[in-house]
Amino acid sequence: MNNAIVKKTQAVLAEFDSPTALLKTAETLRDAGYKKFDCHSPFAIHGMDRAMGLKRSPLGWMVGLAAVVGTSSALALQWWTSTIDYPLVISGKPFFSFQAYVPVTFALGVLLSAATALIGMLALNGLPRFHHPVFYSDRFSRASDDGFFVSVESDDKMFNVEQTRTLLQQCGGKNIEILEGE
Amino acid sequence: MSTTEYIIGSGEPPLVTGNHTFASVTEHICGIPEGKQPTWWYLAFGGALSLLMVLAGSIGYLIWEGTGIWGLNNPVGWGWAIINFVWWVGIGHAGTLISAILFLLRQRWRTSINRFAEAMTLFAVMCALIFPAIHVGRIWVVYWMFPLPNQMSMWPNFRSPLLWDVFAVSTYFTASLLFWFTGLIPDLATFRDRARTKIKRLIFGFLALGWRGGNRQWRHYELAYLLLAGISTPLVLSVHSVVSTDFAISIIPGWHTTIFPPYFVAGAIFSGFAMVVTLSIIARKLYHLEDFITLNHLEKMNKIMLLTGMMVGYAYSMEFFIAWYSGNIYEQFAFINRATGPYAWAYWIMISCNVLVPQLFWFKNLRRSIPVMFIASILINVGMWFERFVIVVSSLANDFLPSSWDYYSPTIWDILTFIGSFGLFFTLFLLFIRFLPIIAMAEVKGVMPQAKVEHTEVAHE
Repeated sequence: MNNAIVKKTQAVLAEFDSPTALLKTAETLRDAGYKKFDCHSPFAIHGMDRAMGLKRSPLGWMVGLAAVVGTSSALALQWWTSTIDYPLVISGKPFFSFQAYVPVTFALGVLLSAATALIGMLALNGLPRFHHPVFYSDRFSRASDDGFFVSVESDDKMFNVEQTRTLLQQCGGKNIEILEGE
Repeated sequence: MSTTEYIIGSGEPPLVTGNHTFASVTEHICGIPEGKQPTWWYLAFGGALSLLMVLAGSIGYLIWEGTGIWGLNNPVGWGWAIINFVWWVGIGHAGTLISAILFLLRQRWRTSINRFAEAMTLFAVMCALIFPAIHVGRIWVVYWMFPLPNQMSMWPNFRSPLLWDVFAVSTYFTASLLFWFTGLIPDLATFRDRARTKIKRLIFGFLALGWRGGNRQWRHYELAYLLLAGISTPLVLSVHSVVSTDFAISIIPGWHTTIFPPYFVAGAIFSGFAMVVTLSIIARKLYHLEDFITLNHLEKMNKIMLLTGMMVGYAYSMEFFIAWYSGNIYEQFAFINRATGPYAWAYWIMISCNVLVPQLFWFKNLRRSIPVMFIASILINVGMWFERFVIVVSSLANDFLPSSWDYYSPTIWDILTFIGSFGLFFTLFLLFIRFLPIIAMAEVKGVMPQAKVEHTEVAHE
């Protein structure tokens, strides 16, 4: 390494055989005090949140707030246009005949909530993000096929290349890779 | 090592047959767009594109000449455009029911068909949206339907069901698109990781948004999926209810009925499942998806068609009962006229296809017979088109005043626009099977027996 670019260790990646092994490793890492690790699998594994010591996603609150904002602003729009800005008697109904405003209120509430569910999920996941240490591995592409991986990031307080590698080996990890990047 | 054994859905037949591994699922589903397309694909795509040209030509002439090219007359001011709109929107409903309601009900068999059905929803709603957009006559001011500030200081009339429709259907399309894309993200990552060419790597890499399949992502993803399912569930019921108010809120005999919202929703799900069955029979045969879309999946959909077909049949008879019970002579005439008047032929096509045909599904061997269900599913969609024809045309053609009655016939432009809309539908559908995963791989893998975590009771060395 004579180049100006200094490569430094970013993460340790280990491969496992099955969802069960992945879950067990997550429990071991959690109990050992690791915080910045992730378990990669081609599908969501039931019970993994608890195994990794993760709390429930706050997305529900975000979507709930969006539903409130969406419905109330839709109702406000209809109220303002039909009573203040452009009052027009239609079928002899009051200007603010709220029953007739329910469908649009509902639709706009749904629209804003649905958009928030997707955008909020991406934001919480830090996506789009097109670079990540795990992508340095050649084997990692199997995580979207049939591979189960654990990655431990180097900025974890507990991280130590040798100790982490040994721990992952003890859990049954194979093809352990030290991922280096800029 | 003492492990508790899990049998997926104990007592139920397996959801995926053929001893697949995770890798073989990926291989099979990714193999469809990665491999060479069969000859029939090119033939079908050519046919679909030609029909799309027919649609473009018909719309172009409509914009040039105006709605006078259609068979509309006085009193029949709504013709095939609204019939086609309601028919296409209705077809979309099955996709949302499969992706949202069946998800909330933990019906895990949906994983094999949801991607497919959601794509069908999107394309059907696109076909539907064309008709209200082009029927306005002056299409260049179609944006007046939206509440945009303008120099005339006018606002749309939010009390009109037609405006509710604008919001209900455009929200439906957008929410379905977001739901569909959310479901696609992990599968797009699979495509990205398998990409062999630079252009594919760039496109799928961009679309997958850098998905890593880590549980820190899955936990937000799973909740987002659940929330989208929850948000979409009322849409299954609300969209066609709003569509039905286009009719029900008017005072035309035969339209002004309170049964319309649930009746329309049942009909929508009925026709939508028929379309899903038609398309999945073709796709499973041509792409060898028999292991994923098994006979059990098809049988379950046929049961839903039997149920919703009975609901539709109930609504047909209840309309007659209420017409008699109301004591309103116009209402009574509207229904007697439907069954015996100038459009009786359409009425009896509707009854035969929608009420009699699904009765076949009482018998298990017919419910599991591919040729029977294929023909039945097509007949049901024919019947559902005629249902909307009967509702729209017979009520308008023979309204209150006999001196203003007239018989409605479509022109060649009505017919070409409708046939052309199939061109749009199939063009999009064929492109979808050519470029995207037609089965939700990440979800199917999640319901396979190997995906189950074995919980050990005793810690082992």
